[in-house]
Amino acid sequence: MDVNNPFALYKWQALFDARDIFIGGLITTLEVTIGALVLSILLGIIFGIAGVFPNKIIRVINRIYVEFFQNTPLVIQVIFIYNALPHLHIMLPVLLIGILGVGLYTGAYMAEVVRGGIMAVPKGQLEAAVSQGFSYWQAMWYIVLPQAKKVMLPAMANQTINLVKNTSVLAMIAGGDLMYQADSWSGSNMYYGPAYFVSGCCYWIICFALSKYINKLEKKAGV
Amino acid sequence: MSDLFQMNNFLFLMGGFKVTLEIGFFSIIFSVILGTLIGVARYLQLPIIGHIGGLYVDIVRNIPCLLCVLIARFMTPLPPTMSGILAMSVFTGAIMAEIVRGGINSVSKGQFEAALSQGLNRWQIVYHIILPQAYRNIIPPMVSQFTTVIKDSSFVWAVGTEELTGRGMILIGRYSDTVHLFVIMGCVALIYFVINYALSLLARWEHRRLAAKSF
Repeated sequence: MDVNNPFALYKWQALFDARDIFIGGLITTLEVTIGALVLSILLGIIFGIAGVFPNKIIRVINRIYVEFFQNTPLVIQVIFIYNALPHLHIMLPVLLIGILGVGLYTGAYMAEVVRGGIMAVPKGQLEAAVSQGFSYWQAMWYIVLPQAKKVMLPAMANQTINLVKNTSVLAMIAGGDLMYQADSWSGSNMYYGPAYFVSGCCYWIICFALSKYINKLEKKAGV
Repeated sequence: MSDLFQMNNFLFLMGGFKVTLEIGFFSIIFSVILGTLIGVARYLQLPIIGHIGGLYVDIVRNIPCLLCVLIARFMTPLPPTMSGILAMSVFTGAIMAEIVRGGINSVSKGQFEAALSQGLNRWQIVYHIILPQAYRNIIPPMVSQFTTVIKDSSFVWAVGTEELTGRGMILIGRYSDTVHLFVIMGCVALIYFVINYALSLLARWEHRRLAAKSF
């Protein structure tokens, strides 16, 4: 009877004994999250500005990047990076592959957020700044982006939630993140209940805190 | 190269594509129904169902898709494809519920009051007045969520369900050299890209059409 109960007490005890595995996984997840977040925001700003750039070729490059990464699955991208790089004689630790894969994928969404934010700022702002002697980049950096920030921040935080959830893709390339540890630990002893519950709670706490933060930002922005 | 482009390889890949489409199609339908029911229940503030719906949305929106897939595969007795459909429906249903709720909130409150004054009951108002207007506003975000469903269905490969991604990976395992790897992954990515790009073009076209129609 006890064996059939997925949440039997002895399974929780086994999980408690193996807590180091899960803590290690959580740390890996957080590392990937932070790395991928930095990468995706950088890419988002670069490609977001490219999306409103006067030069048509640069705008096309933005479209190619965004459409490609938004319309193919993250799983394919990460598995591709994981499998293809060794063929090109580039050896990366799996953590970096995760940061690269998730960062590139979320970067496409961030680029759309930044583009939308810039387009929400009236065009006259840029023109007025340029007429006052600002260069294009100065006007973008000092005039347009600070105004776009109010629109961008809630959407960016929303993408950050997706990013945290998407770091679980590392489980598919043995990345040692929380999802992978939960999957492999429970796969070896069949104690699925506690493993999934605990890892789910970890993701939930991170994402729920972020979504509360979004609510605060949205109130502040007056959306 | 020629050993790759053979009928049996093509059919093998298409077998996976069929599973992807099955999971995508049924998950989309179930999640739209689930999302609409919860969105309406929360809008009408039904005593218990509304609260359960809110709790469900808050829980499922904040956990990874892969966790849903794992739970559906290992903690229910369902066969692989069915468990994939269950996981994707539950996961996407929460997001759909939020989209539907946003759409319902965008319908002005006067609509509800006007219909009420005309003698319609709450359910008639939701069915005839609120939902048609709400759907009109949320078709673009809904369609872009459909592309996410098709993309995220590749997560079921993590539990060994052989959909498009899985079949592609098996093919790569059979050949295992650089050119084959690039060609196979390119083909698989292209299939996803074509479907999703078509869907997102549809969403954009619909968005423009609605923007032209709105007043």
